[in-house]
Amino acid sequence: MVKSLFPVWLVFWREVRDQLRDWRVLFPLFVLSVLFPFLIKQGAVTVLDFTAKYGGDLIGERVIPFFVLVAGFLPATVSLVIALESFVGEKERGTIEPLLSSPIADWQFYVGKLLAGTIIPLLAGYLAIGLYLLLIKLSDVDIKETGILVQVFALTAVQTLLMVTAAIAISTQSTSVRAANLLASFIIIPVAILIQGETVIMFWGKNAGVLWWAVFGIAILSALVIRLGLAHFQREYLLGREIDILNLRWIGRTFWQSFSNGQKYISDWYAYAVWPMIKKLRVSLAIVTVLGVLGVGVSFAWFQANLPRLLQDVPVEKRAEIVNERLESITDSDVVELELSAPLIFGQNLRAVTFMMLLGVFTFGVLGMIVFLFNVGLVGTVLALMGVLGSSPAVVFAAGVLPHGIFELPALFLSAAIVFHLGVVLVTPDSKRTMGELLIEGFADWCKVTVGLVVPLLLIAAVVEAYVTPILLNLYIAGG
Amino acid sequence: MIETEDLSKQFGDYWAVDGVTLRVRPGQILALLGQNGAGKTTTVRMLTAILRPTRGWARIAGYDTVADPEKVRASVGVLTEQHGLYTRMTASEYLDFFGQIYGLDESARKRRAAELLEYFGLTSVANRRSGEYSKGMRQKLALARALMHEPPVLLLDEPTSAMDPESARLVRDEIARLRSSQRTIIICTHNLIEAEWLADEVAIIYRGRILASGGLDELKNRFLGPLEYEAHLAQPWQLDGFQLPDGVQIVSHNETSLRFRVERPKEINPVLLHALLARQAPLLTFNEVPRSLEQVYLSVMASVQR
Repeated sequence: MVKSLFPVWLVFWREVRDQLRDWRVLFPLFVLSVLFPFLIKQGAVTVLDFTAKYGGDLIGERVIPFFVLVAGFLPATVSLVIALESFVGEKERGTIEPLLSSPIADWQFYVGKLLAGTIIPLLAGYLAIGLYLLLIKLSDVDIKETGILVQVFALTAVQTLLMVTAAIAISTQSTSVRAANLLASFIIIPVAILIQGETVIMFWGKNAGVLWWAVFGIAILSALVIRLGLAHFQREYLLGREIDILNLRWIGRTFWQSFSNGQKYISDWYAYAVWPMIKKLRVSLAIVTVLGVLGVGVSFAWFQANLPRLLQDVPVEKRAEIVNERLESITDSDVVELELSAPLIFGQNLRAVTFMMLLGVFTFGVLGMIVFLFNVGLVGTVLALMGVLGSSPAVVFAAGVLPHGIFELPALFLSAAIVFHLGVVLVTPDSKRTMGELLIEGFADWCKVTVGLVVPLLLIAAVVEAYVTPILLNLYIAGG
Repeated sequence: MIETEDLSKQFGDYWAVDGVTLRVRPGQILALLGQNGAGKTTTVRMLTAILRPTRGWARIAGYDTVADPEKVRASVGVLTEQHGLYTRMTASEYLDFFGQIYGLDESARKRRAAELLEYFGLTSVANRRSGEYSKGMRQKLALARALMHEPPVLLLDEPTSAMDPESARLVRDEIARLRSSQRTIIICTHNLIEAEWLADEVAIIYRGRILASGGLDELKNRFLGPLEYEAHLAQPWQLDGFQLPDGVQIVSHNETSLRFRVERPKEINPVLLHALLARQAPLLTFNEVPRSLEQVYLSVMASVQR
């Protein structure tokens, strides 16, 4: 094992030494790690003075860790260029072929580059953070929120790791440094949005512990990106592809071949394209079903256990009103106000499954699964709420969910299963197909399942929900 | 030993290499000739197990390029089209780095690096960064890297490009020495004089296919016809009535020279010479007309482009 790590060390150390000899890397890092902390310390002190003057002490306290986040993020972002060009830059300079011709294994090569790409941004980030905190300390500012500081330290590490792992994965799949730099926006923008979210949590105050969930989530995502990079790193693609032309004809052909599976008639398409896909989804479908049932059960049990405590101070006659308000806020809609029409329900459901796929593709299924669990969790929540309001959850389920749920739930589970499957495919090694082919074929598989089954099921479900379920509910209410 | 059978590589719809079959034995040099984009580099990349063949197979030093890629790479020294040097490393650091990658211990690395730097005249600049080197020096350092682990198989892409004549001679001598130490060598080159000087076998590749391959004499016979000989005469001499032996054909003549095409020179040349002397031809010299690899190459290329 130690012997097999030696080539990793060789690749890592050569890369790091090369970076430390390049003034174009050192100069911006020096500015951001050594000079920039003076600037943000001054900014932090100014904000502290300002908030103290107007009694915004809580905001003032959180400004210190907020700037820690900034101090760590900027050097990591700028030095992302090191990771972005780690493979494709060497390819452009022609230095990669002697290395690729050497007996270094793919994983040794990849991990060496990954460590080299991570260590400099991380050290730069921590240098900036350390210097900033030292300057704050020297300015006699009292740092009250030391707990958040630890979280921010951990966040900086996992965010840097996420950015670098994504940048390295991009670098292995790009045909030029220019293309890799353009694709970097797919890293920087989401991470910047993530930091904004973390900032909101930080200033929110009472839920600072949530940041540990962010650390955990980002660490999982980083691990998946590393897995993706390793799974699809092939020295062949580094040298086998020279031109970064968008070949629309090839994309269209690959998609259509996968989508139609060569079938001309709809019946044949269902038999030879859709059905084999469903069979391929068996394991994913089983996992998703277990998760879905657990999701409904857990959310039902949690709300059933906690709602009475949450509503204990609310008079019984006002409870329904509050529940309605909550439902509106949870479902992010005015549907409760609107008359539920079939097109509206269908549109909403279709939006949910599309959203699940889009989030799933960029996060290897993780966020797609969260959207799925949120949706099935809503069923448990609604049933628990009905129970608290005095109705029988079982009857409400039978009259208000089951009629359209027979169609809607399978559609939702199928959508979740294909997203889960896509995530698994993306992180599974495949030496025969490029990442592009995998994505196109994955999208074609999603379209097959969605067009072939999910959309028809959602259409039927929408009609039933708009025209049958209300009748059954009314019968139940009238009967009750 | 390098063996390939139907070696082919497809990129999209394009076959960069299509059905290449080669055998190169230890102690042999094969020159792979072809235009830019003919498939030489793709072939070399498949032989170093960087590219996976779409069809066919290749074995290097007994290892299959698909089944044992790491063993293949450990057995091969490659000089790539671009020299591929890390310009912020010194020559000593660079050779030491690759020595470590190929698993040489410290004493072996130092000995080998010193030998190679000395041989290629780089000892005095060994501690200067290679970014400061001339093109020729970089090429020599890249070649030193390929030889660092003393591989049994060498794949050399344009080994003397950008070199001054002295350095090019040095490199050619080294390649010839490596052949005599039973290395198996493929060189890809546009320098046909160099190929002719070094190669035992030649393969001409065009649009991914091998158009012609074989020994130099074999190719010359196949594409340029039987050998030609030229007789120079000391004074004008009349050809009239001279009976040519069987298997001899006159290609051109004037008063003081004759050019013959001879099908079986070993048998026929003594008869021809005897006949000339018997007719009291004032023979001054009798030489084989030199035929170059360049003529073979151009003839092969002309035949496919017609």
